[in-house]
Amino acid sequence: MKPKKNLLILLLLTTLFFVYNFFIYTDNSSYGNIHLSEKAIRGENLWLKNNCNSCHQIYGLGGYLGPDLTNAYSFRKNDNYLKAMFNSGIKTMPKFDFNESEKEELLQFLKEIDQTGHYPSTNAKIKPNGWVEIQYKNDVHEN
Amino acid sequence: MKTNRYPFYFISAGLISLSLTLFFGLLSGFQYIIPDFIKEILPFNAVRPLHTLFAVSWVILTATGGIYYYLEQKNQNYKLVSVHFWLFILTGIGIVVSYLSRNFAGKEYLEFPSYFYFPIVSGWILFGITYFKNVFSSFKNWPVYYWMWATGIVLMIYHFTEAHLWLLPYFRDHFVQNVAMQWKAGGSYVGAWNMLVYGTSLYVMAKTSNNDSYAKSGKAFFFYFLGLTNLMFGWAHHIYIVPTAPWMRYLAYGISMTEWIILFSIIYDWRKKLSQEKKIEYILVYRFTVLADFWIFLNIILALLISIPSINLFTHGTHITVAHSMGTTIGINTLILLSSVAYILELNKKITLISTKKIQIGIKIFNISFVLFWICLLLMGVKKAHWIYFTEAISFGQFHESMHWFYILFVFFGLGIIIGLYYIIFELLKSIKNHLTKV
Repeated sequence: MKPKKNLLILLLLTTLFFVYNFFIYTDNSSYGNIHLSEKAIRGENLWLKNNCNSCHQIYGLGGYLGPDLTNAYSFRKNDNYLKAMFNSGIKTMPKFDFNESEKEELLQFLKEIDQTGHYPSTNAKIKPNGWVEIQYKNDVHEN
Repeated sequence: MKTNRYPFYFISAGLISLSLTLFFGLLSGFQYIIPDFIKEILPFNAVRPLHTLFAVSWVILTATGGIYYYLEQKNQNYKLVSVHFWLFILTGIGIVVSYLSRNFAGKEYLEFPSYFYFPIVSGWILFGITYFKNVFSSFKNWPVYYWMWATGIVLMIYHFTEAHLWLLPYFRDHFVQNVAMQWKAGGSYVGAWNMLVYGTSLYVMAKTSNNDSYAKSGKAFFFYFLGLTNLMFGWAHHIYIVPTAPWMRYLAYGISMTEWIILFSIIYDWRKKLSQEKKIEYILVYRFTVLADFWIFLNIILALLISIPSINLFTHGTHITVAHSMGTTIGINTLILLSSVAYILELNKKITLISTKKIQIGIKIFNISFVLFWICLLLMGVKKAHWIYFTEAISFGQFHESMHWFYILFVFFGLGIIIGLYYIIFELLKSIKNHLTKV
């Protein structure tokens, strides 16, 4: 195969790739309209600092040792229960020592990610062509 | 005369990483069965990133070592290679210390503090400089594996950087966008190192069959560009379930359907061409490649199925996804890389007959255990999907307890994988040591 032809194909793919990336990076409308507050971002930092993702999932992404926490906030509807769980050290869970303000921040993180969508998407609609219309919490996307 | 020891250092560090990823995988498996197991000393949130760190290190270090070795006939700047090696080793040690002291800061699979980004990306840039300096002059005659290695290195730098964009204030507060970009970068940098691994596979095939014509054929380039398209645009099957705009997922659905056919077709063609004589000359290369072929076949079926959104809805977030990632990492990448190491040693006549026999025993133990391990993961995934979508009022804790016997089987078969691979690793390391003492 001639190198010039290969270079041309590579150039075409690279151009498409940059256009595609431009949309991925800048088109905020593709991701719904929930933005994390500063308090929730501090909660997310705690989530990362303690590597909670190694056991817990959000949107089914993460470890398998603990439950998915995407909608833990609306499922439990109990702030005190969730705050108690953070330091519970139950079963395999490490015994954390979050203070009250850290617990509030983690709770705020869970509260705000809960608003972004549903997981598992039990009301998703399966189409004959294999496509799935997932269930959105915000009416931003049209299927 | 080949005098550069660094390719062998890379490969040895890769083999040691493989033994460590298996060890930490076993520790994490025990934590599924015995919840309090070493919980105070090394909890699961430290064991899991150590397991994945060493798995990634195995793939990257061994692929890199192989590529340096294959380039060695040309003029290599050994200083740059040695800086690259020590940069990766010291950074790796730094990350291990960070994990052991539970100093986490990053997203899944890159849980280390973000300052480690700089030495890692510098190592990749050094690799790129050495690579392009070596092969640039022959650009007009590049076989497909040179293209694969070149794009693999460049895209690894790009996507590894992309994986850290969430740290910028512009992206920081949009959680859904961050999830999408995390999986875009993660899916694509796996695609980038796969370019290095599959390029290695094609190189070994070309050299063992003494026929480079396929690597320069239109068909090989067609598959290469198809693979590159998948790498660039096919990542969103990881996040079908995340509430992003449908166009992202539509695009990934269309592109993902072509994915695994690529390498399967290439290896299938190679096997038809390989003569009996060459099979005997490179017996271990042949064994590893045939097994990789078998795992490609199984993973084609699985990957195609779970890339269909209506099936992915049920398999996402279950152990079926783990079966897919383990199938590709252990089943395909590891076997291809082992074939590359075996090729280098068989080429130099550095594997004794006794070692070859021991490695063949290891291969058998590994493969039987891995088939059972993989099936076990699939069954666990089916059970979890059933729990998520078809049962009510069963808590996660109850579900987790109901999986106890599956976890025991999973660890038991994992132990078989470890025994089989340890046999192989030990013999290969021994052969490398013998080779280096005689150089």
